[in-house]
Amino acid sequence: MTEETPAHVSRRNFIKGVVAAGAVASTSAYLFRTTTLHGQPSAAGAVERLMTLNVNGQDRRVDVLPQQTLAMTLRYSLGLTGTKIGCDRAECGACTVLIDDVPHYSCSVLAQRVRGKKVVTIEGLADAATGKLHAVQQGVVESQGFQCAFCMPGFVMATVGYLKTNPNPTRQELAHGISGNLCRCQDYDKILTALARGAELMRG
Amino acid sequence: MTNKLIGQNYVTPDLVAKVTGQAKYAEDFRVDGMLFCKLLLSPRPHARVARMDTSKALAMPGVKGILTADELPAPADVVTDLGQRIAANTKGEKALTNEPVYQGEPVLAIAAVDEQTAVEAIEKIEIEWEPLPFSVDPVKSLLPGGANARLEGNIWGKPKPPTPGQPVAPPAIEELKWTEAEAAEYAHGRLPTGKTPDEWTYGDLDAGFKNAALVLDESFVTPNTSHQTLEPRTAMAYWQNGRLYIHCSTQSVVQTVGSMSRWLQLDPKDVVVISQYTGGGFGSKATGTITAMIPALLSKKLNAPVMMRIDRETEHYIGGARPAVHGRLKVGFAKDGRITALDMFVVNENGPYEPVGDTGMTGRMVSLLYQPMAMRWRGVSVLTNTPPRRAQSQPGGMQGIVLMEPILAKASRKLGVDQAAIHYVNAPEGKAKFGPANPRGERAYATSAFVKQALDRGAEMFRWNERKAQGGKRQGSKVRGYGVSTSAFVAGSTGYDGLFVIKPDGRMYIQSGIGNLGTESMSDCHRVSAEMVGMPWEKVEITWGHTGKNLPWSCVSGGSQTIHAHTRAAHAAASDAVKKLQEIAAKAHGGRPEQYTVANERVSGPGGSMTLAQAAQKAIDLGGKYDGHELPENVNAFTKASASALAGQGLMGVARDTYKRDGITHSFVAGFAEVEVDVETGKYQILDYVAIADVGTVIHPHALGGQVLGRSMLGIGHAIGQHWVYDQQYGLPLAKRFHHNKPPTILDAPQKMAWDALNIPDPETPVGARGIGEPPVAAGCCAVLNALADALGDDVFKRAPVMVGTLVAALDAGKAVQEPLTANI
Ligand code: FES
Ligand code: FES
Repeated sequence: MTEETPAHVSRRNFIKGVVAAGAVASTSAYLFRTTTLHGQPSAAGAVERLMTLNVNGQDRRVDVLPQQTLAMTLRYSLGLTGTKIGCDRAECGACTVLIDDVPHYSCSVLAQRVRGKKVVTIEGLADAATGKLHAVQQGVVESQGFQCAFCMPGFVMATVGYLKTNPNPTRQELAHGISGNLCRCQDYDKILTALARGAELMRG
Repeated sequence: MTNKLIGQNYVTPDLVAKVTGQAKYAEDFRVDGMLFCKLLLSPRPHARVARMDTSKALAMPGVKGILTADELPAPADVVTDLGQRIAANTKGEKALTNEPVYQGEPVLAIAAVDEQTAVEAIEKIEIEWEPLPFSVDPVKSLLPGGANARLEGNIWGKPKPPTPGQPVAPPAIEELKWTEAEAAEYAHGRLPTGKTPDEWTYGDLDAGFKNAALVLDESFVTPNTSHQTLEPRTAMAYWQNGRLYIHCSTQSVVQTVGSMSRWLQLDPKDVVVISQYTGGGFGSKATGTITAMIPALLSKKLNAPVMMRIDRETEHYIGGARPAVHGRLKVGFAKDGRITALDMFVVNENGPYEPVGDTGMTGRMVSLLYQPMAMRWRGVSVLTNTPPRRAQSQPGGMQGIVLMEPILAKASRKLGVDQAAIHYVNAPEGKAKFGPANPRGERAYATSAFVKQALDRGAEMFRWNERKAQGGKRQGSKVRGYGVSTSAFVAGSTGYDGLFVIKPDGRMYIQSGIGNLGTESMSDCHRVSAEMVGMPWEKVEITWGHTGKNLPWSCVSGGSQTIHAHTRAAHAAASDAVKKLQEIAAKAHGGRPEQYTVANERVSGPGGSMTLAQAAQKAIDLGGKYDGHELPENVNAFTKASASALAGQGLMGVARDTYKRDGITHSFVAGFAEVEVDVETGKYQILDYVAIADVGTVIHPHALGGQVLGRSMLGIGHAIGQHWVYDQQYGLPLAKRFHHNKPPTILDAPQKMAWDALNIPDPETPVGARGIGEPPVAAGCCAVLNALADALGDDVFKRAPVMVGTLVAALDAGKAVQEPLTANI
């Protein structure tokens, strides 16, 4: 990214959404220093930082610092802002993604540790070609299971992951399965109903 | 006629974006050349910057600039809707300060090319602090020799009566210390009832106590609870052609233009607020947060977009909290449980800044909800060096009810009156009066209240009469308890505008200035307009979340105002459109306008019928008021500007809500809970919870149910675990993350939850809907507290939340174990 700011930033340029797939995205400088700052020796290991991350079925080339978390990489390097950061310290579950089908707090996983693994985020659940929602997403839509929905991507990913191990859970089992996720707006009862409906739709 | 939209579930226009991760919250935006800023937070509860050296930080490569307290605009006066000027409170909260009054308060901000550089630069700032006295315990601050939180004193004085022609003065900080004699009871765990700056009374208190069959006198402490919205209050700002564009986490959209322009001393025309999605607010982001001005000022100074990401710990400090209230209530009861006299005394932990409304609201809501025959209220807002308090769902009303409910439940046991019955006999009905009389001797009253019906419905759904007999009966180490609570809060404002255009494409384009914090009222309210003009919902498009997109003047999305205020505004705008459609049809087909009806996408009458699409084209042809080239006089200037920009595109519905209202709108909830306590471990579980809402006409059941039980859950958190802990010696917070503050998890939730709404229209509003965001909170909290006392007996706990340790100590000792009269332990 450039350090210069154009005097007049064009409106069209303003909001940068998803970074085109396949390109090397190095906007991580937003949070972490990746470019060489004036007057500093060039950072060591710059080559090792470049890695391929398999996200939502696509290989993405990305420049990742050793201390960079998966959540930051998804959000700031790959433009996948559906993964939310509520605490950045493994307390709330808002950042939950699947790594090789297992739910993880992406705020507490280093991006460099997921080389060769498959990452799925909320953006990767719906059918890319048809836009058809995943069954768990559909369950949420049918019953308006959440309010502000800042917690929703985390809950949905945790549920999708949990259902892979137990496709036909009782309410209580499902509650335990997603108990690493916090919601501050909604009653958990409605969340559970929505996600259980998703499980039902998934079973068909 | 049955409604097609009102009262029906539907998929809200924001839902698919939310569930697919496409919805953009403040931190999800990226702008070319965007800088990041970080805040330096005060390490002390109260201190002054004696010397500051920023040179090392500013010399770092990548650091772009600094913002200090000295660069902030001075606090500005507020001009209310009615044109009343309120003088700036110079002792109020600022975005940055050189005299921090709580640990964690922002002192300065640094912007850099990336966040890591900004963090490292903050570390390089050298500050020499001059420590100042501090207090983190409001009651101690009132005792002889207690420390003051502010240099000027420890309490907010009573506001001065206004002088005509002068701006209304903010209250002053004063010092209040109780005498040794006044404070004597403190040592015995009872709240001393010393002098307070404020009090009111009605009825004959002495006679009420004399005639009472039972008098209870209890002290109780409610918790400080951080809002802990899941989305921190991140903000990103840039300037373009002299206009500020701010992406921020805020409950309100249109109303945030006002606060941002006031804080920054800008013309409101030069502020564009963008907030389509906000990750929860609960009152703490009513019109944004003052710290959002930091990226705005840095962006201006550095001529670059600036993102201020707020991390969880910073959110704890600046995010706001509900104030703890320390209360002492003396209550007289007749034999049937009717309250004959109530003497209420509260010490509110105000935090360091502006006086919060919670203090006075405790008394007003208690007087409404329990209709005591005579009542005195006394209260004081005490300053402490703890994070700022902000309104939190049911502010003050919640704490007042939490002070009262355990006493009501105790009286029910002492008098042998059923818990539901004691609520019933004291319940407000119809235009129930509340609070003190005004100088003309008149008392305010509610628009309507159906609390008795809510209790009846709840008792039936919960099977109260069958189940209550099991209360207090032990089975092994387990004992169950059953609790009832009622609750009340203000639920609606008036006087806002509605605005939409029906275009020749046959679709309806509704402009919504309401914030989207998850209640869905930014869409739900407008169902009324679509219903009234007979437009199928698939043909409605709502524009919301961006004040550059021609939105109408709208209420603060907080305090349960919106569904009331904006179903009225939607009704007004739709009535305007219907009238215009009738006139257009009469012009085209002959006859009188009143002979035409609008339904099913047509306007039809004796002379013929036309589609809304055709009528929209005719409106453009006619111009004038029909397509928005002429606007009603009485709509707000904000609406006028928006409507003018949309003029000429179709048939415009635009109007201000001028419907009459007799009374002040309130909503009510009755809650029922079942708990099971293990008397050996003190651990307890909520087995069942039922809430019945008296909120007028139901607009959108799914969203309403979310509010009823979601806000109940917030209240249950107050009963079972959420609180603050302070190191009293050093004035430092020990609980500042989710992990410490313990908001409830899915495993803490009641095993079963259910809700219903009475669906009785409020008679004082055209659609009949009242707000719901507030009253479930106390109902949830107190139904659980009362169920715990039902299981374990009186006097086991004297505070909320009820922690396992308190129960174990009391069960062990066979009586209540006295804990200090402070919330922060
Ligand atoms: S953001 Fe990762 S657990 Fe909260
Ligand atoms: S819906 Fe707002 S945090 Fe869950």
